[in-house]
Amino acid sequence: MAELVLDSVSQSYAQRQIIADLSFTLPQGAIGCLLGPSGCGKTTALRCISGFEPVQSGEIRIGGEAVSRPGWMLAAERRRVGMVFQDYALFPHLSVADNVGFGLRHESRTGRQSRVDELLRLVGLAGHADQFPHQLSGGQQQRVALARALAPRPRLILMDEPFSNLDVELRERLSVEVRDILRREATTALIVTHDQHEAFALADWVGVMHEGRIQQWDTPYNLYHEPANRFVADFVGQGALVSGEVINDHQVEIELGVLNGHIPVECDASGCDECVRSCHVDVLLRPDDIVHDDDSLLLAEVENKAFRGAEFLYTLKLPSGQRALSLVPSHHNHAIGEKIGIKLAVDHVVAFRR
Amino acid sequence: MPPSKLAKFSRTPSAGVIDWSRPGGWMLFAMAVAALVLVPVAITFSAFAHVEGDILAHLTEFVLPELLANTGWLVLGVGIGVSVLGVSLAWLVAMCEFPGRRLFDWALLLPLALPAYVTAFVAIGLLDFTGPLQTALREAFGPIRLPEIRSRGGVILVMTLALYPYVYLIARNAFATQGAIALEAAQSLGLSRRQGFFRVALPMARPWIAAGLMLALMETLADFGTMAIFNYDTFTTAIYKAWYSLFSLPAAAQLASILILFVLVAVIFEQRSRMQMRYGTVGRSAASRRIKLSPVLAGLSLLYAGGVLVVAFIIPVSQLALWARDVVANDLDSRYWAFAWHSLLLAGMGALMVAAVALLLAYAGRQRPGQAMVWIQRLATIGYAFPGAVLAVGLFIPVAWLDNVLIDTGRDWFGFEGSEILKGTLLVMLLAYLVRFLAVGFGPIDSGLHRITRNIDEAARNLGTGTAGLLTRVHLPMLRASLLTAAALTFVDIMKEMPITLMTRPFGWDTLAVRVFEMTSEGEWERAALPSLAIVIAGIIPIILLSWRGTQSHG
Repeated sequence: MAELVLDSVSQSYAQRQIIADLSFTLPQGAIGCLLGPSGCGKTTALRCISGFEPVQSGEIRIGGEAVSRPGWMLAAERRRVGMVFQDYALFPHLSVADNVGFGLRHESRTGRQSRVDELLRLVGLAGHADQFPHQLSGGQQQRVALARALAPRPRLILMDEPFSNLDVELRERLSVEVRDILRREATTALIVTHDQHEAFALADWVGVMHEGRIQQWDTPYNLYHEPANRFVADFVGQGALVSGEVINDHQVEIELGVLNGHIPVECDASGCDECVRSCHVDVLLRPDDIVHDDDSLLLAEVENKAFRGAEFLYTLKLPSGQRALSLVPSHHNHAIGEKIGIKLAVDHVVAFRR
Repeated sequence: MPPSKLAKFSRTPSAGVIDWSRPGGWMLFAMAVAALVLVPVAITFSAFAHVEGDILAHLTEFVLPELLANTGWLVLGVGIGVSVLGVSLAWLVAMCEFPGRRLFDWALLLPLALPAYVTAFVAIGLLDFTGPLQTALREAFGPIRLPEIRSRGGVILVMTLALYPYVYLIARNAFATQGAIALEAAQSLGLSRRQGFFRVALPMARPWIAAGLMLALMETLADFGTMAIFNYDTFTTAIYKAWYSLFSLPAAAQLASILILFVLVAVIFEQRSRMQMRYGTVGRSAASRRIKLSPVLAGLSLLYAGGVLVVAFIIPVSQLALWARDVVANDLDSRYWAFAWHSLLLAGMGALMVAAVALLLAYAGRQRPGQAMVWIQRLATIGYAFPGAVLAVGLFIPVAWLDNVLIDTGRDWFGFEGSEILKGTLLVMLLAYLVRFLAVGFGPIDSGLHRITRNIDEAARNLGTGTAGLLTRVHLPMLRASLLTAAALTFVDIMKEMPITLMTRPFGWDTLAVRVFEMTSEGEWERAALPSLAIVIAGIIPIILLSWRGTQSHG
């Protein structure tokens, strides 16, 4: 286990920038996650770290040791970086035990045997040592892949969309399990996914990627509640942007009323004060920021609704025609087209300049 | 070279970019193999550069019209025959439920184990005027005559019975993977089953059927043994005669180049069909939705499929066994063992060589992926389409030329006395085997290599394995089955091969197939049976491999 540092790493292919100026630090023993839509460069970033793609600028360091620089990279087989592939890439000609022991060639027979046993117990496959990969279910193959990657005690584990081939239920159960296993092995791990639930369930640190850049490297809590820009606000969680006007540095007015709180509107270099005052912004309203209240005089029309069991997620049309989302306990069953009373319950303000 | 060719239908081209400025060793190797295929073709065509007037006049006046007519009728008749037989049997086995279906599923492939020339001489031996059947009929019913078996119809019948499995196998797979879905979709749109078959299932399977048909027609054009036995003159027999009777290499080459033109048409159709074989294969198996036939129809199906099997396989093999039993006491002598030994040796050497070159060629594709490499590989493996007689001529000419150069140099520089260096060796024969059967070995190895994904390689390297370890601990173990399949299939094809062996073998290298040729040209069917039986037994190996692979992939 070791700290992973990416220091403004860039990579391009055939004149197309795949990752640009990528920087983040993943502390030793922490679980990090690169989250983003497909094609955002997250898999390329992973391949740079694992040593299968060169970097064109910047530096990658594992445990303080530089492993990739422009024009030089430490060979993948000497990095001691474990990888769990999307398709698991288990060796079909080897048994489960031999798959897990594949990277332990240099250890003594007994050392290898005990490490394999230990890992198979850890991933809950102790009884399957002599089976072959094709005899296992998808979830079991996944765990063999993880055990195989962990066996040589790598400094870092990388996982590429580890749960995308599994069904939803298994996915949630396994992500909790994997987190526990990684914790018990105290491994630094970086996971790539497009699924924010997976990212939130697993990671201490999440980097949202878009067009080859990290938009925000932060804790899951902060990504949701304090998104750094519109892309993160849109990609992480649900919500709607509603136009508003800044009154002063702790108040912003939208059509549903005045919101109080710290206004984190960044100023550009020129004329900071004027800019903030009476500046037009978009305010992020999460579904839990708007509460249904039959007594409220503020009315909005139900435009669409989705039943979620305990709640309805209503899409509301505000008087001005803008849209907002509201999460309402499901005994408040309103018809589409009906006008319902709402009120604001915003405890902090997220606003972006227009 | 029967079932083996069918193995290569699982190829998937990989994408990528070739850096032409640095072709690299792998690229050069692949191009060299492709050149080996193109050289004999170019050589045969270059025979038109210096035309020997009187021979060409003789050819065009007396030989060509008959050859063209014979070939035309043959292709037409066999084409219709194998299509009808192959598609109908494939539909029955893949889509209908009747007694014995599971047996017929693989048993209908068994005729692949019989080289067409074996079926041919058994048919003649049985059905000829002096044969047992007609004799028995005469004794029972007086002077009646069956239609003459040594006729155009007879050739077409024998070739159809020998080659229908190509169409059957590929069409069966097409129906099994998409037939049921197609039929259900058609029925849900209001078509009857019958309409569904003709308007949906059959058109959907057309690329597969066409590919199988083209393979069967390539074999028809390439066939030498059957035509020789029936005395039915086609290009292959004419090439052989020009080679041995006229001793005219140019005439042989000119005939060969005309034959190549025919073959190329088939190749183009086959490749086009194969590119169209991209329909998604939905659903796994038709097993649960096979059509339940009424008792009468089921009985008729059983009779039909059983009849084909009996006529195309059981009767010929039984007759072979009977004949062989009669002569085994006399013929199973040291000469027979010498034939067998030569066959084993040549097939073994050929199989090893084909497997090795195929492995390297497939590896080249992995190391330098891209559209260019896909085309080079395709060229390099196109030799399966060229008749053995053509390859023998096309490779003998350059080797003979090289020989003369070597002899001249040897005489001038070292006082060498002799008339041949390379000509008297196995070189021409082995090169011709390589060209003709490379596709047979390449198919299984290439698809085996495609199963080793890039992620597998990277997983091994992440776990600390270098290039050598990757090869010994991952690639070779994973490819073992594919390499064995490739070698076994090639081995059997070379065992059966007749024209290349006949035309290019060095003195004293008579094989089982050569023995069959010699005995059949003297009409000694009984004595041809013993070597044939050995060839047939070897030929059953790839069918077992093929049906085993089939059951694996159909789960």
